[in-house]
Amino acid sequence: MQTRYLADKAVRVIFFSAALVSVLILLGIFGMLFINGIRAFSEIGIGEFFFTSNWNPSAYKEPSYGILSMIVSTFLVTVGAMLIAVPLGIGTAAYLAEVAPERVRLFLKPTIELLAAIPSVAVGFIGIVLVGPFIAKVFGLNNGLTALNGSILLAIMSLPTIITVAEDAIRAVPNSFKEGSYALGANKWLTLVRVILPASYSGIIAAIILGMGRAIGETMTVLMATGNATAMPEGFFDPVRTMTATIAIELGEVPYGTTHYYALFAVGALLFLISLVINLIAENLASKYRYKA
Amino acid sequence: MRTHHLFLVLFCGFLILSCSPEHSNIENILIKGSDTEVNLALSLAETYMAKDPNISIAVTGGGSGAGIAALINGKTEIANSSREMKEEEIELANKRGVEPMPIVFAVDALALAVNKDSKIDSITIEQLGAIFRGEITNWKDLGGDDMKISLYGRQSNSGTFVYFRDNILKADYSRDLKQMNGTAQMVEGIKSDPAGIGYVGVGYVVQEDGSVIEGVKILKVKETAEAQAFSPAISENITNGDYPIVRPLFQYTNGHPQGKLRDFVLYCLGVEGQKIVQDNGFYPVSKKYWAQNEKILNFSYADTLPR
Repeated sequence: MQTRYLADKAVRVIFFSAALVSVLILLGIFGMLFINGIRAFSEIGIGEFFFTSNWNPSAYKEPSYGILSMIVSTFLVTVGAMLIAVPLGIGTAAYLAEVAPERVRLFLKPTIELLAAIPSVAVGFIGIVLVGPFIAKVFGLNNGLTALNGSILLAIMSLPTIITVAEDAIRAVPNSFKEGSYALGANKWLTLVRVILPASYSGIIAAIILGMGRAIGETMTVLMATGNATAMPEGFFDPVRTMTATIAIELGEVPYGTTHYYALFAVGALLFLISLVINLIAENLASKYRYKA
Repeated sequence: MRTHHLFLVLFCGFLILSCSPEHSNIENILIKGSDTEVNLALSLAETYMAKDPNISIAVTGGGSGAGIAALINGKTEIANSSREMKEEEIELANKRGVEPMPIVFAVDALALAVNKDSKIDSITIEQLGAIFRGEITNWKDLGGDDMKISLYGRQSNSGTFVYFRDNILKADYSRDLKQMNGTAQMVEGIKSDPAGIGYVGVGYVVQEDGSVIEGVKILKVKETAEAQAFSPAISENITNGDYPIVRPLFQYTNGHPQGKLRDFVLYCLGVEGQKIVQDNGFYPVSKKYWAQNEKILNFSYADTLPR
């Protein structure tokens, strides 16, 4: 009896410390980002940092630290990616869950999941040599290293996440919902659009949010494929430089403890906050609309 | 089972014993920095390691800025740099007890690459500055087609980025400059962009026989509008000093190099090393840098390196 009790307790302690470690790591990262990030503001005005768009820390004369065009660029690329990936992803998920014959599904699903296994460097390279020139040709541009290029590539990269999560959500809708709909005379299409998709709303939102998180945080692909010009973009046909790309480009060369170094941490902290807020919104939405079975 | 384990332990012990005395003689040298120089540094390191088996040289890129940062932080023996260290960097290094020594081991020429369909053949230094500062924005102002100029450059951790800014632009780059992740990406971009222009090391776009790689065109450059234009594809133009955009390539060390590190640097400056420099598309150290090298390394070009 005694040993059993002890074993029980030991297991509880082990699992609790495992959970604790990940929480501590998260808090550590959070703390490090913010402690370093906040120091940037001893030399840079908050107004300058957030509301001007000229980022040039290693300037010829006077350095400047405005991140507005980076923020706009990050959202431009992400929103573009979602505009492409959400309809495609939800459509595919609905097809896989409700329409596709079992044989097709068994072939398609692993294939889609393989998309996630392509390294981001490879996707970026495809962007430079294939998608970029294609965009340039179709839209009559001189070069295709634009926000649109990044959006298309990020859409491809977030598709597996969106499809997998959304399909699970659609599958989780109880059969009784479907049967009720058919019994009222609805056809397959109406049932899917009016009953099943609304019923799986929360899961689909989660899928979109997770896909968005993938897109916002992706670094290598956008770094390679979007041209990285620091000017404020005017649309999808302009080159952009995202927050992630800026950190990746500059952190390697920045001397420790300089304003530039702290400013990069501030950018990282902001990126962290953005994904935190997005996740909170998603949690909130998902729980609000969760159907009661 | 037990004998099995015993054998394993003995075997491992034997391995460790047999390896360690040999390894202790090997000196490790770390070279980090300029992406422009990384292939050259690799060839030099490989041929030198073949001559002296007791030395192990590891070469990594990352950009001149990364190499200099590593030298300042005491994490590399040699920092390759395609630009001079800035005053702040030297101050920071001194503060941390590091004394950077600028050794010039090769000379590089920068070529201006445009798309193969461009109508432009030559350009002045002043026009180049204006283009990259964003003051001239259309090719028609230079006699080309009516197209918005599309600027390609490297990222700010690149020594080439800084060299070109400080010596040609003498101001900040246009914010429309596309900052590419490496020379290869820049060349790929220019190949498919009829309005593109970018600066690259001559060794990257001109092959050994003097021909230019497919898909791009190399502009002739002249100092002023009246001067004669010279192409960097002809190596005499560079060795004679006619082609205007040339820069020294540095190996920065912490203090005067000693022992095996000094031997390696001297090898790079010697006849064989300079031959490898040329095979890699760069140019031998010009005479104006000789005195500087002699002082740092405490040798004489006349005595030790007959050429």
